[in-house]
Amino acid sequence: MNIIVCVKQIPDPAAPGALNSESHTLKRDGKLVIDDSDMYGVEMALQLVDAAGGGEVSLVSMAPNGETSGMRTALAMGAAKGVLVSDPALQGSDALTTAKILAAAVQRLGGADLIIAATESSDGYTGTVPEQMAEVLGLPSVTFTKKITINGSTLQASRQTEAGYDEVTCALPAVISVTAGVVEPRYPSFKGIMAAKSKPVEQVTASDLGVTPVGWDGAGQKIISVTQAEARQAGEIIEDDGEAFNKIVGFLENLKVI
Amino acid sequence: MTLNNVWVFAQATNGVATTATLELVTKARLLASNVSVFVSGDGAAIAAAVGDFGATKVYGADCGAHLPGVAMAAAMKSVIDGGESPDLIMFPQSYEGRDAMARLSVKLDKTVITNNVDIEDSGNGVTVTTPIFGGNTLVATTFTGSGPFLAAFRPKSFAPEASGGAAAAVTAVVVPDLGAAGSAKVTAVHVEETTGPKLDEANVVVSGGRGLGEADKYAMIEELAKLLKAAPGASRAIVDAGWVPYSYQVGQTGKVVKPTVYIAAGISGATQHMVGMKGSKNIIAINKDKEAPIFGIADLGIVGDVHKVLPKLIEALKARG
Repeated sequence: MNIIVCVKQIPDPAAPGALNSESHTLKRDGKLVIDDSDMYGVEMALQLVDAAGGGEVSLVSMAPNGETSGMRTALAMGAAKGVLVSDPALQGSDALTTAKILAAAVQRLGGADLIIAATESSDGYTGTVPEQMAEVLGLPSVTFTKKITINGSTLQASRQTEAGYDEVTCALPAVISVTAGVVEPRYPSFKGIMAAKSKPVEQVTASDLGVTPVGWDGAGQKIISVTQAEARQAGEIIEDDGEAFNKIVGFLENLKVI
Repeated sequence: MTLNNVWVFAQATNGVATTATLELVTKARLLASNVSVFVSGDGAAIAAAVGDFGATKVYGADCGAHLPGVAMAAAMKSVIDGGESPDLIMFPQSYEGRDAMARLSVKLDKTVITNNVDIEDSGNGVTVTTPIFGGNTLVATTFTGSGPFLAAFRPKSFAPEASGGAAAAVTAVVVPDLGAAGSAKVTAVHVEETTGPKLDEANVVVSGGRGLGEADKYAMIEELAKLLKAAPGASRAIVDAGWVPYSYQVGQTGKVVKPTVYIAAGISGATQHMVGMKGSKNIIAINKDKEAPIFGIADLGIVGDVHKVLPKLIEALKARG
């Protein structure tokens, strides 16, 4: 069982997000970290490979400046190798171009039995890349997967819906997107962190992958303005002195909710 | 360009068009004179409803056990290949909507812009508005190149308004062979609906978060919700932790709510969550940490322990009878 996990390396989510004033793209020039949402996919892949009794987990990622620190976290967890697509020409790429790039990177690794991504990234959250990748690769897909089991060449998944969940079966190879909380990601061990430093990450460009056009040229969209939304004003803030519940009752009465 | 033909990806539950569908049809009607709707299943079931809101055509495709988003994207592509040329295709930001728009964007090799709350046709460009950073910043993006333009909208972005139109004309579309993608099939459907008012339609919503401390403390949220005839909701943190089902989740990846009153108990106000509730008319927040971002948007903020405030509030409401 060989599995490829798509890993996004994003700015530290604890720091407030910012846009480049000219390009209007998210600032990604500082140190990047693995998107928390992707930790679940990495963990799930490691568990599935273990359960299958053989195979390996590989990574694909697209990030500026040859950044691999987020990928190293996944390698430290137990992934074996990765392909990083890093190319200044990719700046401004839309989700469709990103999907084409990641699909090409998957093919560069020789494909896999299963490709796992998060449902959406924490910084850009377009939320279409996994399904777009599946279509580019001509594969079936199950998005918003909460639980999966694999029997031979078939996977069974529980998929979130507005009202609850559906059970879905699907032939491998396939692309799935997994929700946060689906498994408990392991902490990398010291040994894992040391080993990750020497695991191979091949760095390629968009043209190495044969994907054109990319970046602003390939995007069917152009940002024309960025404005501040009308801010919602904070109201009355009080410290609970044991009687604050009365304030809530009064507030609800005023609104005729009670 | 000026929009002439607009398509809407519609969804129906038990043969009834969803509110999100009617919101999009309303907006489509205001943008263009020809509005067609695509729905998984029998188009006739929703023809009167979508017609009333301004659609003139409804295409229904029997998706069988296929994942509807995958099958509908192929069905829509086949109608385009058959000679129809939509200028714009509007999708709801839903599970099926996401699958469909993603598949269709690859089939058409067109970008798709998601998470929008507005759209405008200036006559020489179609521009969508997307909130980012928890809704503090609005990004206006114009489609470049030729259509069809694909865009997805968050629920409650537009007010649904009937126009009194006649029932839409129904056309059945055959889902083409899906190839390998067709191997994904739904084998069982599980509904985890909450009792009481629906989360995204309730007048009052009471949500709990990590500050409740442990799963069984969520019972306080349910009790308070019952007393206020409210829907209980949750932050992503406690859904991920498995305390309550996903269908309770309010936020970016959950439901968008705009009730008269939203009570956030033990919720700090992650961007993820605020996106789903900041449109509420009145917000009451209870949190121990006075620096919690939720207080920045609360009309009434109580800096205190939910384990002390909620029981007293529940008692007070009970005493009122």
